[in-house]
Amino acid sequence: MYPSTVRLLNILVPIKRCVDYAVKIRVNPQQTGIDLNVKHSMNPFDEIAVEEAVRIRERMKEKVSSIKVVTIGPPKSAETLRTALAMGADSAIHVELPESAPSPEPLGVAKALQAVIAREKEKGGVDLVIMGKQAIDDDAGQTGQILAGLLDWPQATFASKVDVDEANGVVNVAGEIDGGSQVLKCKLPLVVTTDLRLNEPRYASLPNIMKAKKKPIEKLSPADLRVDLTPRLETLKITEPPKRVGGGKARCVSNVDELIAKLKDAGLVTS
Amino acid sequence: MLRLCLLRPRAILFRAYATSPSPHALLFIEHQGGEVESASLSALTAAGQLGGKVTGLVVGGPGEVEGVVEKARKLKGLSKVLHSTSKLYTPPLPETVSPLLQSLLSQGSPYTHVVSSHSATAKSLIPRVAGKLDIQPVSDVTSVQHDASDNSTTYTRLIYAGNAVATVKAPADMPLKFFTVRATAFTAASPQNEGGEAEVEAIDPITPESSPTTHVSTSLAKSDRPDLGVASRVVSGGRALKNAETFKATLDPLADVLGAAVGASRAAVDAGYADNSLQVGQTGKVVAPELYVALGISGAIQHLAGMKDSKLIVAVNKDADAPIFQVADVGLVGDLFEVVPELVEKLKK
Repeated sequence: MYPSTVRLLNILVPIKRCVDYAVKIRVNPQQTGIDLNVKHSMNPFDEIAVEEAVRIRERMKEKVSSIKVVTIGPPKSAETLRTALAMGADSAIHVELPESAPSPEPLGVAKALQAVIAREKEKGGVDLVIMGKQAIDDDAGQTGQILAGLLDWPQATFASKVDVDEANGVVNVAGEIDGGSQVLKCKLPLVVTTDLRLNEPRYASLPNIMKAKKKPIEKLSPADLRVDLTPRLETLKITEPPKRVGGGKARCVSNVDELIAKLKDAGLVTS
Repeated sequence: MLRLCLLRPRAILFRAYATSPSPHALLFIEHQGGEVESASLSALTAAGQLGGKVTGLVVGGPGEVEGVVEKARKLKGLSKVLHSTSKLYTPPLPETVSPLLQSLLSQGSPYTHVVSSHSATAKSLIPRVAGKLDIQPVSDVTSVQHDASDNSTTYTRLIYAGNAVATVKAPADMPLKFFTVRATAFTAASPQNEGGEAEVEAIDPITPESSPTTHVSTSLAKSDRPDLGVASRVVSGGRALKNAETFKATLDPLADVLGAAVGASRAAVDAGYADNSLQVGQTGKVVAPELYVALGISGAIQHLAGMKDSKLIVAVNKDADAPIFQVADVGLVGDLFEVVPELVEKLKK
């Protein structure tokens, strides 16, 4: 007899509430951070991760037994969880931090996620973690890889195509690399990080937004997970980047000859 | 197994407290087609700025490594080159290379820093290794400064798509400091003129008994043009290029006449006009060439993040209000389908 291949897939999608990608951010005068009284939304890469989890279920139907989203952040991050629930996740975990708490670093986040995954063991475990390749605020791009390292799981970064072969316990992932792409075959359990190319996230419909209000959000504290989220790196200051000299309308030329003259002035074209 | 991983970092922490070593960086050297990657040369410059020794590490498959080591040992600033060969190191997957790095960094390791370029390979590998050693890495740094008196290292890096600069300090009690380097922010190290070749040492590969990940295939977008990341000139196109055919037909002649690499905005990549590997921006390549020509690119925050450190920015766009004109040194409001052919014609003369 072959061992039973019927295994149900549990997907965990970590998401982050970030300043909306379209907002032009402003550094505060104290140079301690940026003005956060602006529109926030789900990190765009995480939307792609949620979308992918939902699409995997649409393809694999009941073989996906759960899609759980998790966020680590201040109380307002609950809105972000609701958005993910409205997109099709089943339930959520909110590791709530005080409003004033410093933003945790990728290492702390990865440890918290590791603890969440350990807690999930009794509830069927986690087989697949899908998360964004980077958050558009700190632009670190580390959490998925650190998490895979901590768990000793394989990792498939910058994914542009995810193909779950659940019967064989493997996932084929096409990922973006410098100068092209590569395909990896990874054993489950696995951590995948999403590239922009993976999919086009859906908008949550009004009925789904209403339904999402009834979906469960479990609240936890870092203490429940026994993780220390204190930053290891000391942020000395946040400053404005140097302004570009020039730029602006004044630098406009009216025809191609003038453009070429400018290139000549800069020594970029000869003759 | 997990417990073992958790115990090991603590041992490192303890040891490093006892001594305050002078900086000694381990540089992960990447290579392609037998040549050291240019971004690794920039990372070497950054590693040298710590003010101590730099040891390079070359990993790769049989037949790849020897040639690269020969070139690496002549690099200015490298005191030693370690190399390790395994067929599992082609390509260097994080799952197979991290055990080697962990072992190099664990047992009585002389290293204080682990450095690499911020390439796709290193972005996957470095955080994994750092995490296993319980260290918070610093990614994509644009400057680095080591304070030998208290063994702290201060970096700058860009956050919020390049719209803010964070100055962060890896404190003295962080026993090992990991960082990846934004190649465009550091000049590339050059080969030594004469003598003083680095010592070379082979180390046995350490690979997992069975890797959970198998490499199936790699496809690289072939191009005779200079590599986008290091090109001194870049011609980039956006959504206004309409389709893949006009993208190529419009940009290629200009790139040829300028000897430039071709880049693209996300809109152009999403619409399928250009390969993803050509994307310039927050989530694509960061470039800082002498000349950046933006054609039919509006200049969204995410695109500017990848090119605003270019020396001279030229923008051609029909829309006089496009944000790209705020950063352009030379702007021309006009139809790129008229401007570009005229420009090519006149540049050819």
